[in-house]
Amino acid sequence: MENGFESVQQVRDGLKKVNYLADEGIAGVVFLAQRLGKPILVEGPAGTGKTQLAKSVAELTDARLIRLQCYEGLDESKALYEWNYKKQLLRIQADKSSDSWSEVHDDIFSEEFLLTRPLLEAISSTDPVVLLIDEVDRVEVETEALLLEILSEYQVSIPELGTITAKQIPMVFLTSNNTRELSEALKRRCLYLHVDYPDMEREKEIVQTKVPDISANLADQIARIVRSIRQLDLKKAPSVSETLDWARMLMLLGIENIEAQEAKETLHILLKYQTDIAKAAKELSVDK
Amino acid sequence: MKMLDLMSGFITELRNAGLPVSLTENLDAMEAVKEIPIEDRQAFKYALGATLVKSNSHWRAFETIFEVYFSLRGPEYNIVGDGSPDEAELWREQQDAQRQGEGRGQSGGSMDSLTPEEIAQMLVQALMNGDQAMMRALARQSVQRFAGMEPGRPVGGTYYLYRTLRNLDLENMLDKLMQANRDAAEEDLTPLEERLERDEFNNRIDRFKQEVEAEIRRRLVADRGAEAMAKTLRKPLPEDVDFMHASREEMQGLKKALQPLTRKLAARLARKRRHGRRGPLDFRNTVRHSLSYGGVPADPKFKYPRPSKPELMVVADISGSVAAFARFTLMLVYAIQGQFSKVRSFVFIDGIDEVTEYFKATEDIGEAIHRVNTEADVVWVDGHSDYGHAFEVFWERYGKDINAKTTILLLGDARNNYHATQSWVVKEMRKRGRHVYWLNPEPRSYWNTGDSVVGEYGGFTDGVYECRNLRQLEAFVEKLA
Repeated sequence: MENGFESVQQVRDGLKKVNYLADEGIAGVVFLAQRLGKPILVEGPAGTGKTQLAKSVAELTDARLIRLQCYEGLDESKALYEWNYKKQLLRIQADKSSDSWSEVHDDIFSEEFLLTRPLLEAISSTDPVVLLIDEVDRVEVETEALLLEILSEYQVSIPELGTITAKQIPMVFLTSNNTRELSEALKRRCLYLHVDYPDMEREKEIVQTKVPDISANLADQIARIVRSIRQLDLKKAPSVSETLDWARMLMLLGIENIEAQEAKETLHILLKYQTDIAKAAKELSVDK
Repeated sequence: MKMLDLMSGFITELRNAGLPVSLTENLDAMEAVKEIPIEDRQAFKYALGATLVKSNSHWRAFETIFEVYFSLRGPEYNIVGDGSPDEAELWREQQDAQRQGEGRGQSGGSMDSLTPEEIAQMLVQALMNGDQAMMRALARQSVQRFAGMEPGRPVGGTYYLYRTLRNLDLENMLDKLMQANRDAAEEDLTPLEERLERDEFNNRIDRFKQEVEAEIRRRLVADRGAEAMAKTLRKPLPEDVDFMHASREEMQGLKKALQPLTRKLAARLARKRRHGRRGPLDFRNTVRHSLSYGGVPADPKFKYPRPSKPELMVVADISGSVAAFARFTLMLVYAIQGQFSKVRSFVFIDGIDEVTEYFKATEDIGEAIHRVNTEADVVWVDGHSDYGHAFEVFWERYGKDINAKTTILLLGDARNNYHATQSWVVKEMRKRGRHVYWLNPEPRSYWNTGDSVVGEYGGFTDGVYECRNLRQLEAFVEKLA
């Protein structure tokens, strides 16, 4: 991380080494983010490896991963920092007699009494970190504003203490499942990366990497069937993780060559809606 | 300096196409360009995309404009199509393969000396093997040969595309490939295998088509210049596509855009319902939380409000011109039906029929819509819109089901073919129901011209809204729920 990446190809090879197969777009944006020191906003359907990307980059750069899981009702005391009230109280009670008030006052608002939460921890850390802000679309629009300062300036302002600036610029990933439109202000500060379902070749490679014992023939078949299924008009197309589950299951069943019958019987691993399963089964068995 | 001009032209065009590119994003793009050499075109494209495009639905528009502005950059993309070393080499390889395969000796040379039949033969080969480089070379060759492009000719790109593809007989290509594949296989293919092969070939043919398109575009840009070309290619973004004038391709795009939109809308509505309003004090919860303050109820807790959900009746005109609009509105309404306590839908042309059952019978909205279009009994006399008669029958049959919780949506352009309007029905609806809204897919300036009588009905409703595209429809539905 100290030296940074040299080229897009290097990022791609590096990610491959940690078992993440990036396509050109993903590698390019990661490279760019590191060079420009900007956060990446990763969007895309569920189960396409958005969170995994952050984890893999952390592994690649030998950095610590700090994760902030977003949810409705997240506030600054859980995302940024909080004063340790109990400890402050103890401090005041411990030596009531000796100190003057002003001393105590200055003392209890020092870093010793600060509880760092993920965002503050990420920028005050001295060793390299990767900050993952997961499912950022779940917080309310107002809470998004909390993130703005840290995303553009890499600093946190604490009224009692002053501004804490990052000692080193961490890589920041924000993921979103696109359940709502993120604010312009947030988008403007990030590089945007849309991660879609991989194409057939890449999916085959992913299957082969993640399910090591699988034969090339089976992986190929799996990737092709999944692609055909994704082309149908479904409620929820199979994700990469579901493809992997399916591959593992076929391995367990000892199937080497997928026939229509077996495909039909195991479809429920890939698809989660009854109407989708019926549709796919029909499509796969009937042919003109 | 050259780069700067190119970039500012590019970004201006993005803005013209409707993409919201802010100043900071512009600056970011400039920074990004410094880091990635323009020769690495894919990476360069993604670098620009990451900084300038912040929504996936805008990606296609971006890609097209990128192609136009940057397609002539870089050595491998120059226009002179023949005799480049790459192609010559490919060609020689192909020749060798042919000689071995068929024993047909032929002197080496560039592609220009081939007959059209040979080109077609090579294309089949390339598609069979999925040979990307060969496909690209062939695409360029066939455009050069078949498209008949002349500088300065004021013809659209689609014309050239059509000519090229017709000469290659691409329509029958799939059958040819399947046949060749069947011949090559030792044993019969199972239906599943055959289906997968078909998908694979379809995919390759599509890729080849894209290569041809890209080549044509490149040549047009070289001829006409990037700016003029970008202008002719400018298309509305999916959310701005007019329902009434959408092409088939745009319809597909619309359908795709609809699904994420409904998800967003549902999430937003659910959130809106939960927040913003506070219910009465939740005594139990407050007491429980007071324990951490030594029994002082310092942190009052409130019950979640449970506002009643509206009941919805959708009455839609599904005659020719406005059918697409009705379809989208029904899709949208049913996709978020969880936000309403009850949804009933009716469709009419000059007769009216209830179609709620179709949507109840299946989870698949697409299928239900299909049944609405084929099975619903909506023709009374001649199959020309008659709002007056349809409303009258509606009132007679279903009027008693309207109650104070019911919101009624009337969809249509109110082009009544000069029949009686029977607007008293709308007046009665409003008296009995909660709200009556009219959604009109026509531009506001067309209202009340010709046989449009929207003004006559509109006076009795709570509002008439122009709903020409997804953006307007979304805005309205959000207001409704």
